[in-house]
Amino acid sequence: MIYSERKYVIIGIFIVVALAFIARLFYVQVINDSYKFSANNNVLRYLIDYPARGLVYDRNGELLIYNEAAYDLMVTPKQVKVIDTTDLCKVLGITIAQFKKKMLAARIYSPYKESIFEKQIQAETYAKLQEKLYKFPGFFVQSRTLRKYPSSLAAHTMGYVGEVTEKKTKKDPYYKSGDYIGISGLEASYETELRGKKGMRVMMVDVFNRPKGHFKDGQYDTLAVTGKNLISSLSARLQKYGEALLKNKTGSVVAIDPSTGEILACVTSPSYDPNLLVGRERSKNYGALLKEPGLPLFNRALMAYYPPGSTFKLINGLIGEQEGVTFRDTRYPCRGGYPVMGGKPKCHNHPSPMDLPGAVATSCNSYFCYVFRGIVDNRKKYKNIVTGFSAWRNYVLSFGIGKRIYSDLPQELSGRVPTVEYYNKIFGKNGWKSSTIVSLSIGQGELGITPLQMANIICIVANKGYYYTPHIIKGIYPSKQCRPEYKVKHYCKVAPQYFDNIIDGMQGAVDHGTSTTAKMKDYIVCGKTGTAQNPHGKDHSVFVAFAPRNNPKIAVAVLIENGGWGATWAVPIGSLMIEKYLTDSIKRPELETRMLDGIVLPPTESDRIKANKK
Amino acid sequence: MREQQGIFKNIDWVLVGLYLLLVTMGWLNIYASVYNDEHQSITDFSQKYGKQLIWIASSIGLAIICLILDGKFYAAFSPIIYAISIFSLILVLFLGTEISGSKSWFRIGDFGIQPAEFAKFATNLMLAKYLSNISIKMTDLKTKIMSGIIIFLPIVLILVENETGCALVFIAFVFTLYREGLSGNYLLLGFLAALIFILTLIFGKTILFEIIAGISLLIFFVAKKNRQNILIIVAATIVSLGAVYSVDYAFEHLEPHQKKRINVFLGKEVDVKKAGYNVNQSLIAIGSGGLTGKGYLKGTQTKYDFVPEQSTDFIFCTVGEEWGFVGTSTVILLLILLLIRIIFIAERQRSSFTRIYGYGVASIIFFHITVNVGMTIGLAPVIGIPLPFFSYGGSSLWSFTVLLFIFIKLDAYRLEILR
Repeated sequence: MIYSERKYVIIGIFIVVALAFIARLFYVQVINDSYKFSANNNVLRYLIDYPARGLVYDRNGELLIYNEAAYDLMVTPKQVKVIDTTDLCKVLGITIAQFKKKMLAARIYSPYKESIFEKQIQAETYAKLQEKLYKFPGFFVQSRTLRKYPSSLAAHTMGYVGEVTEKKTKKDPYYKSGDYIGISGLEASYETELRGKKGMRVMMVDVFNRPKGHFKDGQYDTLAVTGKNLISSLSARLQKYGEALLKNKTGSVVAIDPSTGEILACVTSPSYDPNLLVGRERSKNYGALLKEPGLPLFNRALMAYYPPGSTFKLINGLIGEQEGVTFRDTRYPCRGGYPVMGGKPKCHNHPSPMDLPGAVATSCNSYFCYVFRGIVDNRKKYKNIVTGFSAWRNYVLSFGIGKRIYSDLPQELSGRVPTVEYYNKIFGKNGWKSSTIVSLSIGQGELGITPLQMANIICIVANKGYYYTPHIIKGIYPSKQCRPEYKVKHYCKVAPQYFDNIIDGMQGAVDHGTSTTAKMKDYIVCGKTGTAQNPHGKDHSVFVAFAPRNNPKIAVAVLIENGGWGATWAVPIGSLMIEKYLTDSIKRPELETRMLDGIVLPPTESDRIKANKK
Repeated sequence: MREQQGIFKNIDWVLVGLYLLLVTMGWLNIYASVYNDEHQSITDFSQKYGKQLIWIASSIGLAIICLILDGKFYAAFSPIIYAISIFSLILVLFLGTEISGSKSWFRIGDFGIQPAEFAKFATNLMLAKYLSNISIKMTDLKTKIMSGIIIFLPIVLILVENETGCALVFIAFVFTLYREGLSGNYLLLGFLAALIFILTLIFGKTILFEIIAGISLLIFFVAKKNRQNILIIVAATIVSLGAVYSVDYAFEHLEPHQKKRINVFLGKEVDVKKAGYNVNQSLIAIGSGGLTGKGYLKGTQTKYDFVPEQSTDFIFCTVGEEWGFVGTSTVILLLILLLIRIIFIAERQRSSFTRIYGYGVASIIFFHITVNVGMTIGLAPVIGIPLPFFSYGGSSLWSFTVLLFIFIKLDAYRLEILR
């Protein structure tokens, strides 16, 4: 047995190989984690269940937004086998070139993850496709929902839903490419409530991607939770009526219930059918709307800055009272204009001197110039114009102007109230005094207020000193409560006792002043007209009002661009809105017809040139 | 050892125990790899685990036959068994059923028999018979040539049948020859040849030429310059260069899919979809098992067919996925334990026939384990040979059973031999 020692060499080789294998196995199985990840990639498919978006009702239970079924054809490029491309294209109604383009796009997004191949397939196409789908491995249909706006009302307020941007998917992991998200209006501001919660099924699949059952018996599955239904504060009837009244006119009507801050109507004209921004034609329609001359996509109610005109006198009167500059019986002269500055600003013909309510009722320009200058030039209180003006400005801001009020509509803008810095820049430091900025006393000059803010100011007046932030959603299911921040009273800096004089004036304006058209038999209406000068053409016609005087139910702000006098368009339209809301019927059919049929043309090019020369 | 009666007299219960343990574990893993909800009955003979039960039962029958036969029978009948085996290897070329390019199966209904599997123990018997002759010296050229013929005859036939993997197994007999006195240089030479083969494929002809030339020159300057040394250096250089050239030539003339396989194994090509797919999926299955595995019947990669051939060549994946590192290392340790036990028993024989046969058994099993497990964990090229006692398949289980139990019988018989 001379070679028997060699058994050790052979056993040694066996052991070395075994140890090498065990070392390698230790690395592969214990140290390296990447294989576990790959195994999950192999076998697990995360199937997302999309919940239905919440429905939206108006304040009377009428359906404003619901869902309609739609189908997206999805593709996972890596699973696509050689298929009868022509057949698939025929069913979908696309060309081979389009097919290739879509496949390429999907592959670029990810060869292993599914992406949308064809969006929102119609029901009949879906039926045809479903029969043939087994022939096209790698393709599957994902059911989605499309928003429907049955009454086509309040397009800007409703907003629309669209595909989520890539930026958003990176910021918020809830969203995956191809998901839908509310983009504007209440669809955007109530996105988290409306979207519900996506469900996820973790399925195991075999090598052919055939489902083999739930991973760990469904332990990791989550159920989709339907979006919450919402109750809008809008009254569909009032909204519809407002939209009809503003047909062929440019402007806005905002109606709010002052006792709650609930927005009853939010009309912007021109508008569009919200259903245009749904589905496959969305981007095409959007492009067309962008090009329309009346700018229908522009949400005037929330975004347009108008000089408030005479309606701003209410605020100046209130501040004057609070500041002790004017009292109910304070009378200031008016001789067709503000006498102190040589009859400018001008005024119209009315008895003079008037007391405070009378000045409101007749909309005396001179009176409020006295008041405004009295406030900012009160040198006993404020040592110079800067401090005086700043004090006045703070009062104005407390009326919800010049800052965002944070309603639940995302497009809302802050409006504009000029600052000290602004005047310093224009006129130089110490280069301006109260007479320089006297146009602020009658709501002209650099002021810019949105119709929503105007309506909110009237709510403050109607409530004698406070407002609830205007909001469009009064109830969220299941509690049917609005967001808590909309139940908080915001007080302006003018004490309640000063409001009666102004309200008396507003009642006077309706009873025997500038806006007698708004008078109603059964309700005391308080209103104020405005005629806002406009550098681009004819003046804007403005009217603000609330009713009834005691226990106000509706506050309304109307603005008709280039409508001329407040009494011409804004007063009748505001009045009809109030009548419609309070009585649900119109007893003045001739007026109604005149308003419904009335056309207010936007300024032509020559109008603009004329206005600029002036 | 306790005196025992009948066929179980003096048999090595450690080997029998290991055999039964491995076969049982194999069956459990075959069941897991093809397990699905529709077929759960273990005796469902439409399923592989059902058929494997028949194979196991018949294997035990074969084992008993091996034990019943007289100890003298094997040595005496070796040439006849070898002849029958060679004959059947030829016969299958004419009468066999072609399965995926290989003509190596006799098919009877659902069941098939592969003569190449049985050539292993036949060749082993023949080699043992020839080498155990008292007058034989391994150092003789004649012995080397004769041994070579015994080994290469089945290799050639099996290559003709297009069962490359199976043919390669016979290389394992080099361990037997080594034990019987073949110079260690042959093992070393074999190792060097393999190294040159692999390096040529990785780096290409030109670089290898340069490396060999460099090494030769280096040795030439360092070594004593007597005539013999110079001759050896020149000869070695020429042979190595020739080897490199022929490897390169052979590789260039391979079928594209074979080239691809080799390239993937060498890491020159990453192809997760085709040639590399099996190894990649196999690694994923084993790797995902972690330390303790996913639990019995809880594997997903093997059960859902991500791993190809998961009940035959890649059965080790099921072990890895469901039993984790604990399971895989246990299986390897058990198999190595079996090998060491065989070597230990072979070395206690008085009969050189039994010893040589024993080494053959260990060598064949070792080669199978190395290539099969190495392949599943990416350390060896994908060559389709089964894992002994584990993989699904009648022919391989029968062949391993007979191979092992002839040895157990020969060992039990050792006390009755007087040499």
